[in-house]
Amino acid sequence: MAKNWTLVKRQGALRARANILQAIRLFFIHEGYFEVETPHRIPAPAPESHIDAVPSGSWFLHTSPELCMKRLLAAGYEKIFQICRCWREGERGSQHTPEFTLLEWYRANSDYLGLMEECEALIQRVASTLGLSETLRYHGQTIELSPPWERISVDDAFQRYAHIPMKKALAEHCFDEIMVEEIEPQLGRSKPTFLYDYPAERAALARLKKEDPSLAERFELYIGGLELANAFSELIDAEEQRKRFLSEQSYRRSLSKLSYPLPEKFLKELEAMPPAAGIALGVDRLAMVMLDAHTIDDVVAFTPEEL
Amino acid sequence: MYTSADLKKGLKVVIDGDPYVVTVFDFSKPGKGQALYRTKLRNMITGIAIERTYRPGDTFEPALLEEREMQYLYKEEHIYHFMDNQTYEQITITEEALGEASHYLKENLNVKVLLFTDKAIGVDLPNFVNLRVIKTDIWVKGDTSGSDSKPATVETGYVLRIPPFVQEGELITLDTRTGEYSTRVKE
Repeated sequence: MAKNWTLVKRQGALRARANILQAIRLFFIHEGYFEVETPHRIPAPAPESHIDAVPSGSWFLHTSPELCMKRLLAAGYEKIFQICRCWREGERGSQHTPEFTLLEWYRANSDYLGLMEECEALIQRVASTLGLSETLRYHGQTIELSPPWERISVDDAFQRYAHIPMKKALAEHCFDEIMVEEIEPQLGRSKPTFLYDYPAERAALARLKKEDPSLAERFELYIGGLELANAFSELIDAEEQRKRFLSEQSYRRSLSKLSYPLPEKFLKELEAMPPAAGIALGVDRLAMVMLDAHTIDDVVAFTPEEL
Repeated sequence: MYTSADLKKGLKVVIDGDPYVVTVFDFSKPGKGQALYRTKLRNMITGIAIERTYRPGDTFEPALLEEREMQYLYKEEHIYHFMDNQTYEQITITEEALGEASHYLKENLNVKVLLFTDKAIGVDLPNFVNLRVIKTDIWVKGDTSGSDSKPATVETGYVLRIPPFVQEGELITLDTRTGEYSTRVKE
């Protein structure tokens, strides 16, 4: 039997991936975080309009470790991180596999601006561990990693790159299409970009801005047009959180999507959560950027189709 | 009817009365946003490519194409000649209409010719075809310095990357869906 050529070819990428995981752990340990593991199989994922959980018996595989990690925060765990597999039904493309690896970290008494700086430091550390310089090559682009990285609000990004303003895109229900076709390809081209301050309805678990409650303190990190991470200043008002979950639930019902029970234990303990910020970063995508991979298939041991 | 969940490379649908084939397909999802299906489609008659983004639930009329078993005979300028295996009737297809399929057309290869309202507009290839490597760099056994693949030209003129151990003159199997090397054929 001949060797599986695809796997033979992938060895370099998988070794680099192992180094990336190692570098992430060292970074967080050095920063005073500790690593936690929370269950992959849970009874009640956060109801979000466009994220579908995979059923597992009468429970679900988690779509991210967010709710469990916030319960730890609420119990006084101030700096925690986790690297784990997550599952999202139906997500498959050159940047998606339905099972993937997320890095999440949470920090009490911080906000989304603090997380931006941690992103800058973490990704620079990962790049230097891999022996890459301050400059990344990704899909023909040369991207400088030296901080500060570009910061642009969603509203400004629409002004600069889209053919209509953000408010109009929301009213005409084409926000996502414009984001994908006109804005994302322009982000993180010469430096990584933080796209921040999303419309409130696009951030079910984020805190709203004091000075403008139509916006949420949420950002996404892009490198070379690829979305790498999503972060919030966390919403800690349990009553408001329940309202938002109910509204997401009714939206899901209107689309005949699977509905989940409300995560009651999370909602109860949220009352005790300190002000905090949290972020989810796609480790597969980080590997893609570091290795200038053509697709996500190049940085995983097996794609679903290969199983 | 197809829905956007059926979209994949190679799917054939009717848009504004013309048959189109999906040439590039990707799933996309801007953070916390809805799933979007981004496609490039090629008009199977004119060869002109268009880009479209679809949402979950969008529907498509399948392009119903007649398929006839034919043998590829030869190429003249940019025109490819085929013969119907049953009627011995000969037909031609332009290089534009063939698209990437022209990379794999070796004389005497049996293919399915596609007809839309009786006009030949393209071919459906076997998933795997064998082609001979006519040009590639020599590899010295035991050489560990080099990269994990090298460029090679096959007899149709198509250039692809192959493992270093494959030598000029050898027969290889290509996956026509991806255009990539699959295995070496032992003769």
